[in-house]
Amino acid sequence: MQDKKSPSKYNIKDIIHGKGFSSFTAALLAIALGLVFGFIVMLVADPSNAFKGFNSILTGGFRRVGDVFYFATPILMTGLAVGFAFKMGLFNIGASGQYTMGMYFALYVGFMWDLPSGIHWVVAILAGMVGGMLWGFIPGIFKALLNVNEVITSIMFNYIGMYLVDMLIQSNSTMYISSTARTNYLSRDVQIPSLGIQGSNVNFGIVIAVIIGIILYIVLQKTTFGYELKATGFNKFAADYAGMKGKRNIILTMVIAGGLAGLGGAFAILAPSAITGSSMTYEPINIIAANGFNGIAVALLGSAHPLGIIFSSVFISHIQRGGTLASLHGYKPEIIDVVIAVIIYFSAFAMIMNAAAGKFIRTRLGKKETVAESKSIADQNAADDTKEAK
Amino acid sequence: MDTFYYLIQNMLPVAIPLLLVALGGMFSERSGVINIGLEGIMLFGAFFGALFVYFVQGTDLNAQTILLLGMLVAAVTGFIYSLLLSFAAVTMKANQTITGTSLNMLIPAVILLFSKMFFNSDGITTNKNFYIREVPLLSQIPVIGPMFFQRTYLTVYIGLFLLVVATIIFYKTRFGLRLRACGEHPHAADSVGINVYRMRYAGVSLSGILGGIGGFFYAVGVMDGNVNGHTGVAGFGFLALAVMIFGEWRPLRIFGAALFFAFLRTLAYSVSLIPFLSNLGINQTYYKMLPYIATMVVLAFTSKKSRAPKAEGIPYDKSQR
Repeated sequence: MQDKKSPSKYNIKDIIHGKGFSSFTAALLAIALGLVFGFIVMLVADPSNAFKGFNSILTGGFRRVGDVFYFATPILMTGLAVGFAFKMGLFNIGASGQYTMGMYFALYVGFMWDLPSGIHWVVAILAGMVGGMLWGFIPGIFKALLNVNEVITSIMFNYIGMYLVDMLIQSNSTMYISSTARTNYLSRDVQIPSLGIQGSNVNFGIVIAVIIGIILYIVLQKTTFGYELKATGFNKFAADYAGMKGKRNIILTMVIAGGLAGLGGAFAILAPSAITGSSMTYEPINIIAANGFNGIAVALLGSAHPLGIIFSSVFISHIQRGGTLASLHGYKPEIIDVVIAVIIYFSAFAMIMNAAAGKFIRTRLGKKETVAESKSIADQNAADDTKEAK
Repeated sequence: MDTFYYLIQNMLPVAIPLLLVALGGMFSERSGVINIGLEGIMLFGAFFGALFVYFVQGTDLNAQTILLLGMLVAAVTGFIYSLLLSFAAVTMKANQTITGTSLNMLIPAVILLFSKMFFNSDGITTNKNFYIREVPLLSQIPVIGPMFFQRTYLTVYIGLFLLVVATIIFYKTRFGLRLRACGEHPHAADSVGINVYRMRYAGVSLSGILGGIGGFFYAVGVMDGNVNGHTGVAGFGFLALAVMIFGEWRPLRIFGAALFFAFLRTLAYSVSLIPFLSNLGINQTYYKMLPYIATMVVLAFTSKKSRAPKAEGIPYDKSQR
């Protein structure tokens, strides 16, 4: 019946009432509340510089566009990892561990394997994907076969992965330099080719990441597997009843999600460095990778939609860059982590708030219209009923 | 025998935070709200408790008095922080896992922000010593004395007292019964006049109080009175959730599970003191992973037939059937 109501595809009313639009406004609402809260925290911390600092959070990223895209790459991948699992109703909080494993596998191939320079970085990236897949596979197995909640499993594997990787790196003298307490520099041919923007490390990783996002969108929208995934997310029992292989899909989803996060780790560590002879390094100090948790924020802001996640990752990266610039005014970059956490908090119920606000506006402004509309629908229903009765 | 006493003495201060936080999680989940945010609540309570200690450590208050007052501060702040969860999860019917995750992410950032701006460090460092060398008289009892009354913290006795109180509230009061009903079948509870929203607020608030105290006790008993924004409470909030699941959402079993996990962790950190284990020459990191791996093994065996409260994680909506 909905098709009949919208003769033109680009009817503005349909867009406003559509699901995509409402999740977009919900995201905006969450962002606005997060920023307001961040501003309040800044006022409490140091009132005199609050306006300047807040301004640099909002606009600072525009001065560092290359960096915004460079730092968006890993969180785009972890965001996809969280969002993809979310479509199936799985909360992949383990993106951090998968990210760390991916990074380690990429590093291992980068240091220990001797490959021709053209394909070395490609193999390293693929190795990162495999590492992440492995760390996604385990929670998937636990969930599908043993009924262990994936949230607990993936949290535990965040810790296990972090300790494991730090230990493996520290005990490998080729990778680890104990005097600097960091990993060694990777050679040039393992680094992802740079996009050549002056003064930033933005590289082909972002291009690959965006392409992966689009592929995921196609998989979710146009394939049987994507359909089964979403159906399971909506109603597990109905999907089971319809003959979909729930257990296999759970494992597959977690493996894919893990692979995505692992790619994020590989992109982060294999990024080129502007200084010749150096590279990105990793410091094994027993801290869980923050990029995995930022991926949760990215996925929620993009309402778990692959294309939405592409935009939200750029946004989060934008305010993160702004946050680093806010330190010029005496604030610490952690202010952005506060803002991100508040955004997640509000986006958990922004849809409901949004619906309430929308309802309020509709009842105030468009009372007549809605009444008329519902009446016509009721008439149509009645007509259909009579038709069926005949 | 000395090694054995040493392990017990070090295990109890570690077990108590796990026990209290897992009990908190139990109250929350039995009322029907999943509390992933326990890690954040712990850190919040620990931070304010330590902040309180920091401000009063110069005065000539007795160390144990300060500990009790700090515990109250931690309980109140934990309660306040948990209101954020109950508001989102009960009133706004938001996704409980996501809300909890955001609470976990918020507080380390806030601690780092304020500690860096005001203390120029990553957390709060206090110099008050809460350690009890030996309890007079009781420490002289053979076997039991060295195990429970030497080189310990007041937190151990408070924790055990709270375990008794929690068990009584949970099983022997009208409130406890109603709370459990709301986690199993909220609509049935509602139909006999129990206010499900209020009971869920109460459940989450209890988890906030216990979580805050547990966090402060972690700071006292494990971190020597310090709080750090980077390491936080090292996943104790999540471990407590595992303890709760392993303990099948029941107070006394949770106590046993907490002792088990605390033993593993203490073992992991005192490998070098135990000749048998240090002779094996296994990298110490493996032992650090041990509590987390043990969690997975335990959950793998216990989760197949899950005894989780039936209505947990589902926001209560009066109009649904």
